Amino acid sequence: MAEATKTETVTSAALRRQMLSEFWFYFSENRGAVIGLVVFIALVIVAVFAPLIAPHSPFEQYRDAVLVPPAWLQGGRATYLLGTDAVGRDILSRLIYGAQYSLFIGLFVTTLSLTGGIVVGLIAGYCRGWVDTVIMRLMDIILAFPSLLLALVLVAILGPSLTNGMIAIALTLQPHFVRLTRAAVMAELTRDYVTAARIAGAGPFRLMFRTILPNCTAPLIVQATLSFSNAILDAAALGFLGMGAQPPAPEWGTMLAEAREFILRAWWVVTFPGLAILITVLAINLMGDGLRDALDPKMKRS
Amino acid sequence: MFGFLLRRLAVLIPTFIGVSIIAFAFIRLLPGDPVALLSGERVMSPERHAQISAQLGLDRPMVIQYLDYLGGVVTGDFGTSIVSKTPILKQFLALFPATVELSFCAIIIAVALGIPAGVIAAIKRGSAVDQSMMGIALVGYSMPIFWWGLLLIILFSGILQWTPVSGRISLMFYFKPVTGFMLIDSLLSGQKGAFSSAVSHLILPSIVLATIPLAVIARQTRSAMLEVLSEDYIRTARAKGLSPFRVVGLHALRNAMIPVITTIGLQIGVMLAGAILTETIFSWPGIGKWMVDSVFRRDYPVIQGGLLLIAGIIMIVNLIVDLLYGLVNPRIRH
Repeated sequence: MAEATKTETVTSAALRRQMLSEFWFYFSENRGAVIGLVVFIALVIVAVFAPLIAPHSPFEQYRDAVLVPPAWLQGGRATYLLGTDAVGRDILSRLIYGAQYSLFIGLFVTTLSLTGGIVVGLIAGYCRGWVDTVIMRLMDIILAFPSLLLALVLVAILGPSLTNGMIAIALTLQPHFVRLTRAAVMAELTRDYVTAARIAGAGPFRLMFRTILPNCTAPLIVQATLSFSNAILDAAALGFLGMGAQPPAPEWGTMLAEAREFILRAWWVVTFPGLAILITVLAINLMGDGLRDALDPKMKRS
Repeated sequence: MFGFLLRRLAVLIPTFIGVSIIAFAFIRLLPGDPVALLSGERVMSPERHAQISAQLGLDRPMVIQYLDYLGGVVTGDFGTSIVSKTPILKQFLALFPATVELSFCAIIIAVALGIPAGVIAAIKRGSAVDQSMMGIALVGYSMPIFWWGLLLIILFSGILQWTPVSGRISLMFYFKPVTGFMLIDSLLSGQKGAFSSAVSHLILPSIVLATIPLAVIARQTRSAMLEVLSEDYIRTARAKGLSPFRVVGLHALRNAMIPVITTIGLQIGVMLAGAILTETIFSWPGIGKWMVDSVFRRDYPVIQGGLLLIAGIIMIVNLIVDLLYGLVNPRIRH
């Protein structure tokens, strides 16, 4: 008996390894996706080791170095590689610490909307009937508002802060997960393996989370990467409007908002934070495209 | 087709009621006294409080208050701004043409460039042209548009001095708004230079607002074209000896347009959200800037009314898109 269980675990582990290597084969064929992955890993490293990498504190104001241009320009200083902002803070250091904010925002918002969306979607797809109708109407209502507008108004109610902004953004991204999960559950529910599990005596929770959910993961993973980049963009937009992270936080959108009045005098204060947002979002979207192609069986050529 | 319309309305009306409940509930969710929030008076005596409460109907049961609000909304009464003391619908109607003008120009740019780009990329699949076009599209799709707007201001308004930084028209020109659309009004006014001034004000905001829809449309057109081009009837058309131009332009594009139309329709919601940022950057006096300003001024009745009006517009646009889709593609009517 013990031996039989052991062989079974070995084969399922082997199967998983084979699936992973197959996934990697398709993912690595996409050059853009690999570049995106490399950039993303670099960003994670920068965020984790920010205190070691950053040459200055992100909050320290050097009174003798206000609006110093980047080092390669005339008047630039080597210690402030990307220049300083209007109160003499080192822009490079603020950008490095800003990576922590953006990645945390992406992770937090995606986790929140993904788990919420999966639970609600599973319930809707599994229960059907009036529960399903009520949930889907609610999701329609959320989708009727432009996400940034809804987030802006929610933040106006809850008060401007990064936490409230993230909750608001998670709420606006959630319906997509609910719809995806519900559709996948409804497609899987009639399959033989689900009936078999039910006859074997699996309860509704086991059926929902252990039997059905693992077979719906592919579209959810793709949507999660999309949400990750959307969350970063929306949070930066909220910060830019003064409704997200509050100064002096080195959040990229908030940095842009502070820099706005200097755009015609000091281009570097505006250019670099936005470039950081663009590179981060682009890297994640590149990965998302690669994931979609690698996970979608229709795209596989074999 | 009529049954299809009825079915769509059957979904739309409960959704709209739900949206109105959210807009209504929003002021009650705010921390603080709704009487003070809705009247805009911070300090008041208990008598004054009771008077305003009765005047605004806030002393009645919640359900009655909601039905009253819904009744007002249906008859076009969205309440009054506590800052300017003017009716919300009047403000909205005065500002809405500015947003429509901007969005219309943006969608024209997005469609005029996005569809050809997608078609070319699909025809030349895998080539350098395809790869660079789709690379640019992905950059556009990932663009923080508020930053993109600032960059364009630095380049075109700052360094090159080609375009103005903000507003809809130079302060030199004044004429009564006839249509509310600056491009038309400036032509009607007959003043020399007014039209070109309006165009130069419009160009940068339109580009900024068009960026994301353009990228989405280009990507969607490409994938729709790729799917259609692999169909049998395209091979048949080619085998018949039709010119490649006719095959692509007439047979493939027409069928590929079906999903693209939906995408274009969905961009309207994206544009209204984008208008919030674009109008803020360029001080464009439309409903996006109006909403942001109202949030900052804590003008809650305006936020409430604006939220409902914008959601209503998006729902109507989506309904029209659905109906168009039903017209183009009879298969989905049932």
